[in-house]
Amino acid sequence: MSTSTETTQVYRVYIKASAQAIWDAITKPEWTERYGYTGLVDYDLRPGGAYQVTASEPFRKESEARGYELPDVIIDGEVVEADPPRKLVHTFRMLMDPGMAAEPFTRITYEIKELDHMCSLTLTHELEGAPKLASLVRGDQEEYGAGGGHAWVLSELKTLLETGKVFAD
Amino acid sequence: MLGCVDDDDRVFKALADSTRRFLLDLLFGRDGRTLTELESELEMTRFGAMKHLRVLEAAGLVVTRRSGREKLHFLNPVPILLIHDRWIDKYKERQVSALAELKTLLEEKT
Repeated sequence: MSTSTETTQVYRVYIKASAQAIWDAITKPEWTERYGYTGLVDYDLRPGGAYQVTASEPFRKESEARGYELPDVIIDGEVVEADPPRKLVHTFRMLMDPGMAAEPFTRITYEIKELDHMCSLTLTHELEGAPKLASLVRGDQEEYGAGGGHAWVLSELKTLLETGKVFAD
Repeated sequence: MLGCVDDDDRVFKALADSTRRFLLDLLFGRDGRTLTELESELEMTRFGAMKHLRVLEAAGLVVTRRSGREKLHFLNPVPILLIHDRWIDKYKERQVSALAELKTLLEEKT
């Protein structure tokens, strides 16, 4: 019990957008390529359906420029629950780094709640047995060019949905 | 737009208290703690600790999650990141450009 709570991370952001817009921004590649790590998601939105992320062209080029060739699929997993536009649960394994690829599948839950004039989006990542991935998604490796993890991705998602652009624009 | 100001107000207000900053540091050290665990680190009543946690929760800095019979508290860094992007980055840029202007001015004089 105590170990699982210590390996769980919870993030919440309030976004002035509809639940459907937030759902689309999480589950559709034309949205996910515009914020955060810019990976192209592919969800089969039913229990047992496949989940995978491939690198966008700019991300792949940037990575190659740094002398690092990306695998075709950079993240894989399986959909556990899909209740659009409220709740999405899927497993998650990072394949970009052999150390992380060797760690067990972790589990991500997105919950979208409609409030007055805005929605809350809560991301819970259960990271039992995956300390390398836990460090990456916590943003510990940001200074090494690994991005700011979930907090950064959610901030960019908020900015994109509320203003139509991201920080880098 | 007013809504955004309110959000920032709540975060700054929540951070303007040493006990609440201490609670955030405790969660930064180890996330997902119960009220009992957090309270044991503070020199105040359970009621006092709950009050501070409620302020942190209202500001979005702490998110709670049920696990069986327990309510666990998690540090949510997103509001701090948003304040950083909104305020800190902006003034850093201004400082840098002010220094750049100073340099130009000084070099022109010599």
